[in-house]
Amino acid sequence: MGLFDLFRQNKKSSANKAKERLQILIAHERVNRNGPDYLPQLRYDIMKVIQKYIPIDEDQVKVQVENGHGYDVLELNITLPEEK
Amino acid sequence: MSKVIVITSGKGGVGKTTTSAAFATGLASKGYKTVVIDFDVGLRNLDLIMGVERRVVYDFVNVINGEAGLRQSLIKDKRVDNLYVLPASQTRDKDALSMKGVESVINELKQDGFDYIVCDSPAGIEKGAFMALYFADEAIVVTNPEVSSVRDSDRILGILQSKSRKAEEGGSIKEHLLITRYSPKRVEDGEMLSVEDILDILAIPLLGVIPESESVLQASNQGNPVILETKSTAGQAYEDIVDRFLGETVEHRFLDVEKQGFLKRLFGK
Ligand SMILES: Nc1ncnc2c1ncn2[C@@H]1O[C@H](COP(=O)(O)OP(=O)(O)OP(=O)(O)O)[C@@H](O)[C@H]1O
Ligand SMILES: [Mg+2]
Repeated sequence: MGLFDLFRQNKKSSANKAKERLQILIAHERVNRNGPDYLPQLRYDIMKVIQKYIPIDEDQVKVQVENGHGYDVLELNITLPEEK
Repeated sequence: MSKVIVITSGKGGVGKTTTSAAFATGLASKGYKTVVIDFDVGLRNLDLIMGVERRVVYDFVNVINGEAGLRQSLIKDKRVDNLYVLPASQTRDKDALSMKGVESVINELKQDGFDYIVCDSPAGIEKGAFMALYFADEAIVVTNPEVSSVRDSDRILGILQSKSRKAEEGGSIKEHLLITRYSPKRVEDGEMLSVEDILDILAIPLLGVIPESESVLQASNQGNPVILETKSTAGQAYEDIVDRFLGETVEHRFLDVEKQGFLKRLFGK
């Protein structure tokens, strides 16, 4: 890799970074978008309850509604921190 | 059969009005009876971009309120046959557009034999933007290669897919992606999201790419839809999207940095 390429590699990263961030954000927003309006608040409340017992970060709580045929499933996914 | 097309984006200032003016002018130039409606209540601007600002007598809200007839409110373009403009009202009343009113105007335009009804949406995801997209058959989502614009486009896509009349009836609005203010140089330098990047994220069919171009500002200064600037890259790119929209296969242009220059040849692959 020449000096010139190094330059380019470096510069490439800002657009790449933008793409990565967008992909993560939009995937997240699409999940919430299709759910009921109370979902963000529900998720927040659940997080607060868990935090009373276990230290977790906001992004470790995933709440989503899956649409089935004739029924919906509320899916709750909480990643617990590794035990020390 | 008339078609209602909304030009929308979520984010402001990305080129909706520029696109609405160019696109409608292009369709009319092809012989289709076309009207372009400004939905930006309180912030009328399409009239300026179309160069008809001094001929505005009545507006969209006057028609809805029955204060003026549709025919006397439409401004007929003097450059292109078959082209009409319906200006937005300057009222501050955010509720001036009613769903029923908008529907009746669109129906009347359909009955009057308009082939294309182009709706220039205001920015945002609130009432005005909703009104502009609700009755659409097709949507052109205008996106700049920039994080906030791409994100807002995705949100608008969500609304098109869930809140439009087509969606409520169990169908779907046909979606087109239009990337504007594209700068191949900056993409090559890794500073700007590329067409491929944006397509990966939004995953809707690409109608076209309009390059960043000085002629857009110049055209707006003169009240000339930029598609009439046939020598400019932006004007030509808009011509291409009209052809593509009408079903022609046209190769995408202006996506790469123009090959030239001594340095470039020396270091190029
Ligand atoms: N391809 C382009 N190259 C350079 N400048 C452009 C291009 N497209 C649009 N612009 C400029 O961007 C600005 C915003 O354009 P425009 O008014 O069409 O956006 P808009 O989406 O309608 O804005 P708003 O959300 O306020 O209604 C204008 O100054 C216009 O000249
Ligand atoms: Mg506008």
